[in-house]
Amino acid sequence: MYQTLAWQLSLILMGVLLAAFLFVALRARDRVEDAAPLISRAYRIRGILFWAILVVLTPVMLYTLIDLPYASAGIDRREAQVIEVVGKQWAWDLSTDQASVGTPVEFRVTSAAVNHGLGIYDEDMRLVAQVMAMPEYTNTLRHTFSEPGTYKLLCLEYCGMIHHDMIAELKVGAASEEETARD
Amino acid sequence: MTDTYVTTNMTAHDRTPIPVLACLATAGAVVLLMMVFGLLLRLAQGGMLDLAPDTFYELLTLHGAGMVGIAALGSVAVMWYFLGQYVRLSGAVFVANLVLFLVGVVMILASVLFGGFAGAWTFLYPLPAQPMGVWSAHAAALFVGGLLVIGTGFLLLYLDVARAILGRYGSLGRALGWPQLFGHDDGRAPPVAVVASTMVLIINTIGITTGAAILVMTLVNLYVPAFGIDPLLAKNMTYFFGHVFINATIYMAVIAVYEILPRYTGRPWKSSKVVLAAWNASVIMVMTNYPHHLLMDFAMPEWALVAGQVISYASGLPVLVVTVIGALTNVHRSGMRWDLASGLLLLSVFGWGAGVIPAIIDATVVINQVMHNTLWVPGHFHTYLLLGMLPMVLGFMYFLARGGRPTDAAGAERGIDRIGFWVFAVAGLGFVLAFLAGGRAGAPRRYAEHLAQWLPYDRAGALFAALVLAATLVFVARFLLRLGSARGRVA
Ligand code: HEM
Repeated sequence: MYQTLAWQLSLILMGVLLAAFLFVALRARDRVEDAAPLISRAYRIRGILFWAILVVLTPVMLYTLIDLPYASAGIDRREAQVIEVVGKQWAWDLSTDQASVGTPVEFRVTSAAVNHGLGIYDEDMRLVAQVMAMPEYTNTLRHTFSEPGTYKLLCLEYCGMIHHDMIAELKVGAASEEETARD
Repeated sequence: MTDTYVTTNMTAHDRTPIPVLACLATAGAVVLLMMVFGLLLRLAQGGMLDLAPDTFYELLTLHGAGMVGIAALGSVAVMWYFLGQYVRLSGAVFVANLVLFLVGVVMILASVLFGGFAGAWTFLYPLPAQPMGVWSAHAAALFVGGLLVIGTGFLLLYLDVARAILGRYGSLGRALGWPQLFGHDDGRAPPVAVVASTMVLIINTIGITTGAAILVMTLVNLYVPAFGIDPLLAKNMTYFFGHVFINATIYMAVIAVYEILPRYTGRPWKSSKVVLAAWNASVIMVMTNYPHHLLMDFAMPEWALVAGQVISYASGLPVLVVTVIGALTNVHRSGMRWDLASGLLLLSVFGWGAGVIPAIIDATVVINQVMHNTLWVPGHFHTYLLLGMLPMVLGFMYFLARGGRPTDAAGAERGIDRIGFWVFAVAGLGFVLAFLAGGRAGAPRRYAEHLAQWLPYDRAGALFAALVLAATLVFVARFLLRLGSARGRVA
């Protein structure tokens, strides 16, 4: 799960950075008269770190760019369940509030007046996907639900006084028999 | 108009210009008030304080605008003080900026407190004009106008900075150290204070001009609704401006680290080729990585969003590798004396570097899809603002309060200062982690009311916030009490 990954990675890297600062802070009061060797060692570390970050980060970055939510809207050719979504102050208008697991749901999201953000939360209130809702534009988000249940749609772009209470429900049922047979 | 010029090559023993002290005193007082507002917001989210939603969003708007404002004011004071040691800056323009700032603040306060404006500091079109009757077009216009006045002041200041830098170095390229960067490093590159100021002057002139354009368009739209703006263009312009403006505060404030730490350690911190390369790269990267604010706007051209991620990843390198390692190298086994200035400045470099980590992670499109606009976002930006930019400015304030030189007598720092430092550092870290943890749990940002499962993070955040506020109160009070020594004596 990306949230956990982001959290753990942040904690580890921030922890390493903190350790480096504490290490140096604790030794700041000692004094070496000739700083030149220390400085050239630091430059070496800087060089190594630079290349290490580059070598690790580049493949990670390329990997994360393989499956972007934008592209999948275009290449997923299976038939989708289309839900038209219009954000209003302060409610979601959905063309249907029913969907089923297994088949991609295509949310075509726009807004009546101001910007909103469509955030899809599962029954444990975990955010599973989102897309912005902007007037005059339609943003298309494809998401395939893997768990049935009642999902909540929250607003993720500040839209005025009732922003926090702009909540709708989406009922995601088990796959229909036809669906199951086809898969 | 008569121009007052600060003396060139001002040494640490010259008197600190009064406008610099006025800026810092204003920033100190306002940061305390905004922290109180922030604490109220966190208490309300945690269900420990009953705030009506309209009051919550008004306070949120004030907190955002106020904090961004004092970040700019405080960091400009840092830049102006040190840059003034190398080039001839106009005191009149600096004062004009402070006056325009205060006028803008009054307009913003009136708009929010009397007009009920609560469109957030980002004033994202078309919300200012479409509040469902919660505030009037006049209130929105007052807010937008206030930002415009503040922006005008800063723009004037940067034009003067440009004039002064060009007067001394002849071209922006030379002020950015291009001859040394691309040619033979003769060791005569401009000091980092000049390189950084040039970098900021370039990006912020463009940023503020873009901001002014969208502010004016918003203003026209408020009274002539038929004058519509493309919402995606408006969002690009607004976030480009906001992103550049807030980033610039850190790049100005960090000059304090480059200038003051070496005075404590006795080791020079030169504009080497690597340092120059990092600052020059930042000119481009800060301006081009802003699409990471629009990763969930699928209508954007895909290449722009991919570039947003790629450049965001790359832009972490100069900060983390060059400034962090540079600061650590400068301090390591230098025999440095600790006092609040040196302590806060080292903390600030940690805070900046630490904040960049969750920020870059969130700039990954697939992660952004489940973390964008959750509390993860205030989590990372409070890390580099509260634990980065702010201690840079506070460290500078202490440095001045010490008469502009490192503490020479051991124990000159009071016990309460030391306690303040540790409370600030530890509680500050706790405060930002509580935001990040809330973001991990999916709590959206800018919510007046939170679900039960998010309350523990809010309550921990509120507790830490109260401690941060108390520590900051000590710092600011100490500075105000020592304004006399901060002014200094003529040598
Ligand atoms: C004790 C210190 C502070 C506290 C308690 C605090 C609290 C908060 C809270 C509760 C929010 C709203 C979070 C949400 O979206 O739900 C917020 C937003 C924000 N804070 Fe702070 N904050 C503090 C310090 C700072 C500092 C030092 C800065 C910058 C210099 C800052 C800048 C901002 C900005 C720009 C926002 C965004 C406002 C918006 O979403 O429109 N804060 N803060």
